[in-house]
Amino acid sequence: MLSGIREKVLAGKRITEEEALRLYETDDIFTLGALASHVAGKKNGRKAYFIRNRHINPTNICVNRCKFCAFSRSQGQEGAFELTIDEIIEKIGGGQKTAGRGQKKTAAPHGFSEVHIVGGLHPEWPFEHYLNMISAIKKHFPKLHIKAFTAVEIDYFSKISGRSLNDTLTALKKNGLGSMPGGGAEIFSEGIRNQLCPEKIPGDRWIEVMEAAHRVGIRTNATMLYGHIENLADRVDHLSRLRSLQDKTKGFQAFIPLAYHPKNTEIEGSYTSGIDDLKTAAVSRIFLDNFAHIKAYWIMLGEKISQLALMFGADDIDGTIIEEKITHSAGGMTGEKLTAEQLVNLIQKAGKTAVERDSFYKTVRTYR
Amino acid sequence: MTIQNNDNRISRREALTLFREADLLGLGMWADIIKKELHPDEICTFVVDRNINYTNVCINKCTFCAFWRDEESADAYLLDKDTIFRKIDETIELGGTQILIQGGLHPALDIFYYTDLLSSIKERFDINVHGFSPPEICYMADASDLTIGETIGILKSAGLDSIPGGGAEILSDRVREVLSPKKIKSSRWLEVMEAAHRLGMRTTATMMFGSIETAEDIIAHLDAIRRLQDMTGGFTAFIPWSFQPGNTELGNRDSGLGISRSTIKTNPRPPIPNPSHAATAVEYLRVLALSRIYLDNIENIQASWVTQGLKMAQVALRFGANDFGSTMIEENVVASTGVSYAVTMNDIISAIRSAGFLPVQRDTYYNLLRFF
Repeated sequence: MLSGIREKVLAGKRITEEEALRLYETDDIFTLGALASHVAGKKNGRKAYFIRNRHINPTNICVNRCKFCAFSRSQGQEGAFELTIDEIIEKIGGGQKTAGRGQKKTAAPHGFSEVHIVGGLHPEWPFEHYLNMISAIKKHFPKLHIKAFTAVEIDYFSKISGRSLNDTLTALKKNGLGSMPGGGAEIFSEGIRNQLCPEKIPGDRWIEVMEAAHRVGIRTNATMLYGHIENLADRVDHLSRLRSLQDKTKGFQAFIPLAYHPKNTEIEGSYTSGIDDLKTAAVSRIFLDNFAHIKAYWIMLGEKISQLALMFGADDIDGTIIEEKITHSAGGMTGEKLTAEQLVNLIQKAGKTAVERDSFYKTVRTYR
Repeated sequence: MTIQNNDNRISRREALTLFREADLLGLGMWADIIKKELHPDEICTFVVDRNINYTNVCINKCTFCAFWRDEESADAYLLDKDTIFRKIDETIELGGTQILIQGGLHPALDIFYYTDLLSSIKERFDINVHGFSPPEICYMADASDLTIGETIGILKSAGLDSIPGGGAEILSDRVREVLSPKKIKSSRWLEVMEAAHRLGMRTTATMMFGSIETAEDIIAHLDAIRRLQDMTGGFTAFIPWSFQPGNTELGNRDSGLGISRSTIKTNPRPPIPNPSHAATAVEYLRVLALSRIYLDNIENIQASWVTQGLKMAQVALRFGANDFGSTMIEENVVASTGVSYAVTMNDIISAIRSAGFLPVQRDTYYNLLRFF
């Protein structure tokens, strides 16, 4: 059934959307895994990456009401929170406000090299607040890489500030933004998106924001939220739109498939199957031939499936994270953090070489 | 790799080579082919049952266990009959066909406690009693000065239908000496199973791996099961599962994986080699697939969603498993290690279905009862 596709993949040729669907529909996950591993091996050898990072969510107050989201709150609603810039600095510093004189050489007191910041679309914070947030972090922790704000937030900043996308992104970059995460992509298909998150920017706009970011020299990731109400064709369509933009800009670093979590959301439904998670990693790896990295985000897949995904085309399992709120609001079943030692163990037991990376996939340390 | 063999059965040495060197996807593919031959139509079975742990008092105090208590401990318990009857009532109401009745080795109980319990259950309920793992049976035999065969015969006439395969852990006395020095040795475990099979009772077999055993120990375990099955044919299923280090003495040995346990009052023991990490997903699937390949005379291999979670159990259906085990209306032993996947029968059915398989409720003997 997979013959024809197999030959194409082994020859390094690009597969079509129709072929990606056929890969998705196969029960032969072993051939699928082997083909994905072949592609991953050509791009990254036996390496599997992790990063010492920390997540920060400045607020869960959001003007959008996406039906798959269990994290967002309205202003004044129970459970709503907003962190001040000082509180953010303290979280990063682990109780200290600066890296301290003796620690100038490290990025932050607790030895993580990247902070990942995403939050709700706050109805009152002005764009300057975000610029101040970034520059304050940069001032306190000059070596810390700031990966922040999804395309959805960037679009919102541009609206509330009256600036063009280009100006918005340039201002953030000037204040210290290092790169952008890939969230808010969900599923591009208009029909699904209208049911799932009618207030959120359409798929075309998400692509437009990412293109603008890439043009001003900001590298980003890309995601896909799967396992809710979309079908396999919607997923392949999503991957295809990402592949087309990457052909133009080459600005994406990693693709991150995100498994839907049903708890406390409006559409409920069920968790994705472990087999679906592995297939999605593999099909993404094979189809997205112009992406260097596929990330098996352990918070969403669980440690076990993330580890297996390293045998189904993924080459990255994200990082230490330390504090996670979004997936856990929707019934995430993992802990909120893993130590570097635990991440290395998962990678090595999968037969891969564990590599601690920086935010641009440069090797910080190889574990033997 | 190619397997050189005359009778299509892989040898211990070949199994060891496979276990150490074979690529996981290749091993999985092979296990999946064997599984499909034995269980065509992509059916995945499960049994609706309830674990009834009649007591947590146990004199064995195994280092990998978080469930046991001393008799004097504040949270030690022994369930009374009414509680047990109520639990069975609820089980039947939920469509259950079996109770799994297991407990610690309680020093105050003798064979009459068990025969009385069994016959009073059987008087009241039409339900399969799957109960008493080999360590419990040996303890009853010793306490009442009976042979193993006599003990099982007495339990059988009182109403015991089948015997669970727990307490096998790893059938290597070197490992048992460290993990569970007071628990019955390998030969006794096998002796109980053989005696039960000879009396016409069916049993399961288990293996707990991921503690301090070697690859050789795992293969030796599988081989002991396969040899006994060649003789008796009495095993219905094999269930491998991995050591869960939370709250256990073993998990606490400076691995950072366990939580300290202050209630341990035992004599100093020789230093225990430390399992630095619990078995990962890759190791679980490797053992599972190898079990399917090696145990060519056992029809069913269970996925352990209780220890691995539903997503892994789904993946396990492609790596040799054909059964989801029990719906576990109640589970106390693994839950005491802090591992708890809250799962209902509907979750099990939809998990099987979304993995691409047909969920079917079965009875203890793997007869198909109800399609969903």
